[in-house]
Amino acid sequence: MKPPVKNQRLMQGNRACVEGAMAAGCRFFAGYPITPSTEMAEILAAELPKLSGKFIQMEDEIASLAAVIGSSVAGVKSMTATSGPGFSLMQEHIGYAYMAEVPCVIVDVQRGGPSTGLPTKVAQADTMQVRWGTHGDYYAIAVAPSSVLECYEFTLRAFNLSEKYRTPVIVLMDEVVGHMRERVILPDPDQMTIIDRMKPTVPPEWYQHFEINPHFVSPMASFGEGYRYNITGLTHDPFGFPTEKPEEIKQKMDKLKNKITHNLDDIIQVRAEFMEDANIAIFAYGIVARAAREAVRMARERRIKVGLIQPLTIWPFPDQYMEHIQEQLDLIIVAELNQGQLIGEVMRVNRGKTRVSSLTRYDSELITPDQVFEKIREEK
Amino acid sequence: MERIKKTRAGQERYEVRLSGSGGQGMVFAGMILAEAVGVEDGKYVCQTQSYGPEARGGTSRSDLVISSQEIFYPKPQELDLLLAMTQESCDIYFPALRENGTLIVDSGLVTQLPDRKVYGFTFTRIAREQLGTPMVANIVALGTISALTKIVSRQGLLEVLKRRAPRGTEERNLQAIEIGYELVRKKKAKVVKSDTGVG
Amino acid sequence: MPIFSEMTHKYLRAKKKFPNVWCSGCGIGTVMGAIIRAIDHLHLSRDEVVMISGIGCSSRMPVYVDFNTLHTTHGRPLAFATGVKLAKPNLKVIIVTGDGDALAIGGNHFIHACRRNIDLTTILINNSTYGMTGGQVAPTTPFMKIGTTAPYGNRERGFDISKLAMAAGAPFVARGTVYHVVQLQKLVEQAILKKGFSLVEVISQCHTLYGRLNKEGGPVEMMKWQRDHAIPISAAGKVPAEKLKDKFFTGVLWDIDFPEYCEEYDKVIALAQSLAEGEGVRVKGKERE
Repeated sequence: MKPPVKNQRLMQGNRACVEGAMAAGCRFFAGYPITPSTEMAEILAAELPKLSGKFIQMEDEIASLAAVIGSSVAGVKSMTATSGPGFSLMQEHIGYAYMAEVPCVIVDVQRGGPSTGLPTKVAQADTMQVRWGTHGDYYAIAVAPSSVLECYEFTLRAFNLSEKYRTPVIVLMDEVVGHMRERVILPDPDQMTIIDRMKPTVPPEWYQHFEINPHFVSPMASFGEGYRYNITGLTHDPFGFPTEKPEEIKQKMDKLKNKITHNLDDIIQVRAEFMEDANIAIFAYGIVARAAREAVRMARERRIKVGLIQPLTIWPFPDQYMEHIQEQLDLIIVAELNQGQLIGEVMRVNRGKTRVSSLTRYDSELITPDQVFEKIREEK
Repeated sequence: MERIKKTRAGQERYEVRLSGSGGQGMVFAGMILAEAVGVEDGKYVCQTQSYGPEARGGTSRSDLVISSQEIFYPKPQELDLLLAMTQESCDIYFPALRENGTLIVDSGLVTQLPDRKVYGFTFTRIAREQLGTPMVANIVALGTISALTKIVSRQGLLEVLKRRAPRGTEERNLQAIEIGYELVRKKKAKVVKSDTGVG
Repeated sequence: MPIFSEMTHKYLRAKKKFPNVWCSGCGIGTVMGAIIRAIDHLHLSRDEVVMISGIGCSSRMPVYVDFNTLHTTHGRPLAFATGVKLAKPNLKVIIVTGDGDALAIGGNHFIHACRRNIDLTTILINNSTYGMTGGQVAPTTPFMKIGTTAPYGNRERGFDISKLAMAAGAPFVARGTVYHVVQLQKLVEQAILKKGFSLVEVISQCHTLYGRLNKEGGPVEMMKWQRDHAIPISAAGKVPAEKLKDKFFTGVLWDIDFPEYCEEYDKVIALAQSLAEGEGVRVKGKERE
């Protein structure tokens, strides 16, 4: 028998997600039961107290994210997890977290919609809601795992991005990724990078909770640390006091934008396979990328020059990468489990440079490798 | 190990479905098998399950994809092995089995067999008679799967059951694996083709 | 008066944020004064006080006071407060909310906060209307009173806030008025000291909208109404029933003991860790205060 590999386990995606969260330092979870994310609440109800962390089941998803924001403001890394209907309810406080610049992680395990839809079936129909779900202008960060190991790694990364940029980060999963079990070898805790929010170095009387600085990210004191400041969902000045002055409003809105758009290289990750000589690309994220990876290999066995573009961060959209790679392409096939959402983003960047073709499925089943392969043969 | 097919992507891949009705422990058996294959035998494995209204009323199933290489598509496309513990699950899932795939049924419960080679064992009856409860029929079936196909090691199954079986039932579960092996060794299987009738 | 004022100023973000948004004659400023005096009297440090509010006239209070302040979304301050308190149980968390905020859009959070019994102090300022949006009916507007969204008279009943809180499980429920300001300070102090969820309902006046629409006069007349309709709970049973018509009781209406959630959760932590150690699971050291 082979010697046992350290940290090798059979693990469900939902568990890997919360294990990654705990490894990142998450010590607070507030949530509301909803299929297919419920396992995360159940696991953390048992696990967090072992780490002296806290779990609470709230009265709804609105309250859940409110409690998460409250806990984060008090200095504890915090998260919640939900699915479509709950994610819709959370939009109010996702907006609050953007405006008040509160780090927190929200997991959306996608299921079929709209409305109650298909509680136990897979979909990728929240793709655009993640970007545009709450009202107002804002810049979303969302990571999209496609395997159990990625559930672990990307949730950990979501916390790091959230702390680094003082912004909510969404982990966009789906029913299959959340519920499947895979053999994983977890990274050694000593090898992992954990980022904590930047703390102020100035004395309290100089402290500005929303300080304007060249990095666009302000240091963040927690409640009870001697920095007494105001937080509000109203548009505010650098001290956190409501403002209606046009120059202060613009400054705040630019700060929210710039802290993301000036750090795209740090935030955006794309998995590109067989793209060196490809003239056809499959563009797919999450669980669909798994079918695409197999289909690309099927096509390569038949000497079709096709590659895979898998955005690992679905938002911000990888504009720059696409601008660059589409120069070599004749065709981009966008495969997604909805009626065609991400294709709009691909076409926005594409501006007619290549053919863009849509492969969609929204009948509760996965897009299969055969389907992707047939699409390649049809379109090439 | 049984001959492993190559997919059209050139990937090695073996696909298993354990099916029955809710309460027959198909999801638990799938987890045990996946952990034995993945953690003990050190192969890539991906396990998914049917989930939803179907799992409560009619059929319940657990699917595994096993490979020595990284698994891309996580769900079965053409089954290499189907375990059917009820007539209904056999009827529903048999068409998903590839032409020369292995069909194993609980022959006490599945009497209408498809027109092909079938391994039949009376898992439920044997579990009740030899271990005092039909609850471990699923584990007896895992023993026979291991013995027949070598897709999972016997030692791997035993190790996983030692830590995963509900407290107080470990010994019974380990015996269930041995009984599963015994069934194959003593050729107690009714290897039948349905055109000759169910014996 | 100057002494009061000097003390109060110590707790105000006076330079930055005044004058305030409230109408002159509004009851909310009086409530803010009572809360500040209660905090000062209890010798709480400004660093350990967190004031959380929702949306509405009363919910603008946190901007003006020099504590850790969190102005949240409409109806949800109790849900935010739940997270703050669980994360740092040593902080004194005071929620300032209005009747529309707490009982309409926030009604679900309100009853669950009462039930859950986390050590939070809720000051609910009840002026029977939506002030900030301009005098619409609230879930507290009495039957047949006028609001801009009930121009022919409100055909619904108003909530009895205190009874609602008691029924939902709040262990401490008190009612005061803007007129009885000395009593109000004492009620706030008792609420802060209470281990568990405490509610102080404050009957306040909105003469600008509710008073004008219902022809109840200016702030003076409305405060006289408070004076004439409040009956101390201590007098309950001594006042004949016919004299109780249209009146309301003030004082501590309900005070019972029930295990507080944060303290209970500490037991959860201890239990989970002892079970994990029993199973030989490595438990990381206490990582929080």
